[in-house]
Amino acid sequence: MSLAVYIFVMAAVTYLIRMVPFTFFRKKIKSRFFRSFLYYIPYAVLSAMTIPAIFYTTHNIYTAIAGTAVAVVLAFLEMPLIVVALAASGSAFLMGLFI
Amino acid sequence: MKNNFLRGMSHGIPIFLGYLSVSFGFGILAVSKAGLNVFQASVISASNLTSAGQKAGIDVIAAGGTIIEMILLQLTINIRYSLMALSLSQKLDRSFTTPHRLLASYGITDEIFAVCSAQKKHLTPAYMYGMIFIAAVGWIMGTAMGAAAGELLPASVSTAMEIVLYGMFIAIIIPPAKKQHSVLFVVIMAAALSVVFKYCLPFISEGFAIIISAIVSSTAAALIFPIKDEEVTE
Repeated sequence: MSLAVYIFVMAAVTYLIRMVPFTFFRKKIKSRFFRSFLYYIPYAVLSAMTIPAIFYTTHNIYTAIAGTAVAVVLAFLEMPLIVVALAASGSAFLMGLFI
Repeated sequence: MKNNFLRGMSHGIPIFLGYLSVSFGFGILAVSKAGLNVFQASVISASNLTSAGQKAGIDVIAAGGTIIEMILLQLTINIRYSLMALSLSQKLDRSFTTPHRLLASYGITDEIFAVCSAQKKHLTPAYMYGMIFIAAVGWIMGTAMGAAAGELLPASVSTAMEIVLYGMFIAIIIPPAKKQHSVLFVVIMAAALSVVFKYCLPFISEGFAIIISAIVSSTAAALIFPIKDEEVTE
């Protein structure tokens, strides 16, 4: 199988998965249940993606915990996204210097 | 128009930084595992713009797998984008015509979805293009650099950068969870289910585990805490 075929198939499947609902779903959803479901979905997806994966990100549980803790505290204080994201990384790096 | 594009770009800076580091790892992997060159690895990143799907794709290419396997794997890992696309379709501005939708759907990734759905305003095409542009530049550049240079960064820096995107996710979910019990419920339930999948049901792929955790907890929250009308129209 040629590499171009593999890449084409990967890209086409991934694009269609995104494009079909985004382009062809025009109506405002009326069902209260379904609207509630869609309101909660982003938080559910992000939470499920973050926990427990975040503890495996830095290849070291202690630096990952340090980064996570700093991110949680700064997010609780409602700091901007970029501040929280970079502070998480910075504290994981600093923690890494000590272990 | 121009303003929205720039606003999208500035909101995409954390995504750019995160992608730069994550795709660097993908670039290294594409060369070492599947024997691709810089150009081929970059083409995969430019045409797919997804992390888990590309890593799985490299596995199939390296193993000389079948096309059916490639299709099923991409479907399983990436089907969550359908849910995200559906969710975003509800908050698009009137200016989002069909050609804009066809173009912008290329850039629905976990991170772009996360930042877009945190916006209070309706989404305009220019805003999404700005964010997609800077994110894609980071993704492709990181891939090319990773494939070309192997280890450019010291390991202490590159591993610390892996946490950037997750830090951003935390910054998105915590403020609303603090204010609304329903969101707190969803966040805790989805995290708990995801932990159960990881440690008790490890044979279920990560993509499926995320989909099931998210659907179950959102369904439960929708039944227990149905939203009032003003929350969606915002």
